[in-house]
Amino acid sequence: MFGDYSIGDLGSIFVMQGFAGLILFSVYVLMALGLAIIFGQMGVINMAHGEFMILGAYVTWMTSNVFQAYLPGLFAGYFFLAMILAFIASGALGMLVEWALIRHLYKRPLDTLLATWGLSLILQQAYRSVFGAREVGVELPQWMLGSLHVTDSIEVPINGIFVMCLTVLITLAVAYIMYKSRWGRQVRAVVQNRVMAGAVGINTEKVDRYTFALGCGIAGVAGSAFTMIGSTGPTSGQLYIVDTFLVVVFGGAASLLGTIASAFSISQTQSTLEFFMSGSMAKVLTLLAVVGILMLRPQGLFALKVRK
Amino acid sequence: MSEDEAKGLQSAFRRKLLMGMAALPAIGLLPRPSLADVPTSVVNTTGLAVTDTEVTVGILHSATGTMAISETGSIESEKLAIEQINAAGGVLGRKIKFIQEDGASDWPTFAEKAKKLLVNDKVAAIMGCWTSASRKAVLPVVEQYNGMLYYPTFYEGLEQSKNVIYTGQEATQQILAGLNWVNKEKGAKSFFFIGSDYIWPRTSNKIARKHVENVLKGKVVGEEYYPLGNTQFNSVINKIKLTKPDVIFTDVVGGSNVAFYKQLKAAGIDLSKQTLLTISVTEDEIDGIGGENIAGAYACMKYFQSLDNPNNKAFVAAFKKMWGEKTVIGDVTQAAYLGPWLWKLTVEKAGSFDVDKVAAASPGVEFKGAPEGYVRIHENHHLWSKTRVGRAKLDGQFELVYETADLVEPDPFPKGYQ
Repeated sequence: MFGDYSIGDLGSIFVMQGFAGLILFSVYVLMALGLAIIFGQMGVINMAHGEFMILGAYVTWMTSNVFQAYLPGLFAGYFFLAMILAFIASGALGMLVEWALIRHLYKRPLDTLLATWGLSLILQQAYRSVFGAREVGVELPQWMLGSLHVTDSIEVPINGIFVMCLTVLITLAVAYIMYKSRWGRQVRAVVQNRVMAGAVGINTEKVDRYTFALGCGIAGVAGSAFTMIGSTGPTSGQLYIVDTFLVVVFGGAASLLGTIASAFSISQTQSTLEFFMSGSMAKVLTLLAVVGILMLRPQGLFALKVRK
Repeated sequence: MSEDEAKGLQSAFRRKLLMGMAALPAIGLLPRPSLADVPTSVVNTTGLAVTDTEVTVGILHSATGTMAISETGSIESEKLAIEQINAAGGVLGRKIKFIQEDGASDWPTFAEKAKKLLVNDKVAAIMGCWTSASRKAVLPVVEQYNGMLYYPTFYEGLEQSKNVIYTGQEATQQILAGLNWVNKEKGAKSFFFIGSDYIWPRTSNKIARKHVENVLKGKVVGEEYYPLGNTQFNSVINKIKLTKPDVIFTDVVGGSNVAFYKQLKAAGIDLSKQTLLTISVTEDEIDGIGGENIAGAYACMKYFQSLDNPNNKAFVAAFKKMWGEKTVIGDVTQAAYLGPWLWKLTVEKAGSFDVDKVAAASPGVEFKGAPEGYVRIHENHHLWSKTRVGRAKLDGQFELVYETADLVEPDPFPKGYQ
C-alpha cells in the first residue's frame, strides 16, 4: 500500500499516526481515571460513569452560553472555569448518589451494577427532558481550534495537545492524592479492611463519600474536555462506557499504573491497526486481543499482591 | 412545554393559518365540502377507526432512547402537518386524531407498538419509523395486518411494499446526482469513502463505488467503516491526508458525526480547500457539530431549510411558530411532513380510507404544496423528487449550489449497482 508514496510523505504520516495514538491514549486515560478510582479502589461497578461525564459536558455547554451572552470578552478563557464547574457539578451529584444509593450496596458489589445502570437510564432521560433530545453544539474559543503547523505535512491538533496536558496533570494529581496524601492512605485502608479501618478511627463513611465524589468529579472534567472531540447529547455517555471499563478491567482494577499501561497498549494497538485496516476490523482485533490476554491473566495487567 | 401550552400554541396557530389561507400556495388542497357528506360506511369498509367526524392515525417514533436525537424532528413535523390538515378541513371531511406511540429506539418495541396501533387502535395509517432497522421490524407487521406506513428517512433502497410509502429518497436518487455534480463541477476523480458500519452506509457506498468506477471513470482510494458511536477518527484522517483524495465522501451517522468533523477541523483539513460530500449531515446534525466545524462541506439530499420557494417559507415559518424559533429543519423532518399530506391526498383520490384502495391509489398522487417543491408518488411507492447539493455555512444552514433540472426517478432496485 505504500508503493505510491514518497519517503517524506510516509515519514510525516507515521509521525502524525504516532500523535493520533498518543491522543487516543490520553483520551482513554482521562475517561478511565474516574472509574479507576470508583471501581478500582471502592469496588463499585459504576455503569453511570458515562452520564457523569456528560453532565460535565452539559455544564461546559452552559458555561459557554453564559460567557457568550454576558462576558464575551472573557470567552477565550471560559473553558478553564467550565472544567472546574464540571468537576464540582459531577462531584456534587456523585456525593448525592453515594449517599442515596451506593452506601447501601457496599456489601453487594454486583447489585451496584444494576443500581447504577438504572441510574444511568434515569440520568439520560433527565438530560433529555432538561436539555432536549437533540445534541447541543459546544462552541470553543478560537485558540482551541485548528492545529499547530509543524511542517507542510505534519500538523498537530491543538485540542489533542490540550487533552494530553490535561491528562498528565490529572493523573499526577490523582497519583499524589491516592499514594502520597494522608487521605489517600485512608482510602486504601478502607478498601482493604473496612472494619479495621473504622476501628483505628477512620471515618469510613466520609472517606467513601469523598472518594466516590472525586471519581465522579474527574469523570465530569473528562466530559468537559471531550466536548472538544466528541458529541454532547443525552446518550453520548454511552459512547465511552465500554472503552472505559475495558481499560480499567484490562489494567487490573486496583492499580493506577495498570490503568495507564492498559490505556497505552489498547490505544497503540487500536491506532496502529486502524491505519492498516478498516476501523471496525481494528476494533474487533483489539477486543479479541484483550479477551485473549484476560483469559490468560484474569486479574489484568497489573494486580496488587494482597495476602488473602 | 406542557400539554396546555402546546394546545394554546396550536390553536393560535390554527387561527393564523385560517387567516393566511388565501395566501397559501396549496390552493388545490382546500377542503372539498362535498366529500364531508360521504357516509362512513362507504369510506370505511374494513373496520378502521373512522367515525363521521374523526379518523385516527398513529405516530410511531422514538421519543426516548438514543434515536430520539434524530426522530424528534419527524414527530414535530408530522404533528404540524396533521394540525394544518385539520385546519384546512381534515380528510374526507373528518378531523385527524393521532395516537402517538414511543418506539424507544428499540426495534422489537417498534414492531409491538405497530401491532398495537393496527390491531387495538385500528389506525388508518402510521407515520413512523426512522432507522432501517426499525422499518424492517415493522414491515412484516404492517404487511400481516394490512396497514399503511409512511416512512420518512432517506435509506438504502432494496425494498418495496404495497403497505409502505417511502417519502425520503432511496440511495441512488440521493447519491448519483451529487457524485455527478462533484465530478463535473470540481473535476473530482478520486474519492475516499468513510461511513458508520451498518447497512445504510455500506449499501450507499457500494452504489457510489460502482458509479465512480463505471460511470465517472474515477477511482476510490479508500473505503473505511467505523463502529456506530466511534469517537476517534485520527487514524482515518491521517489516511485521508496520505491518499489526498479529490473528494471525501461520508456517511457517518449519530454522535460519531460530531467527533469526525471536530477532529477533521483540528487536524488542519480545511473544508474550503478539501471537497467533502456528505449524505448524512442535515441541519439537525449541524446543531451538534457546530457550524464552524463543518462550514464549506457539501451535502447531497433533497431538502434544505434555506430553499427559496413560497411553500418552504410558509412551512419553515409555521414549524418555527409551533416548535420554537431556534429549531432547525433537516431533510428527514421535511420528508416526515409529507407523510400526512400524501396520505390525505391519496385518501381523497381513492374516496376511501380502506388500506387496499389507498395503496392502489397511491401511484401518481401529486403534492404541489411540498416544501421541497412538487413531488409525486411512483408506482414503486417511492417519491419522484429533485436532488440538491448544498454548501454548509457558519450559521448551520446550507446554501443551495445545485439542483437537478428534473425530478429524479426512484429506483429502489438499481440495475448495475448491486
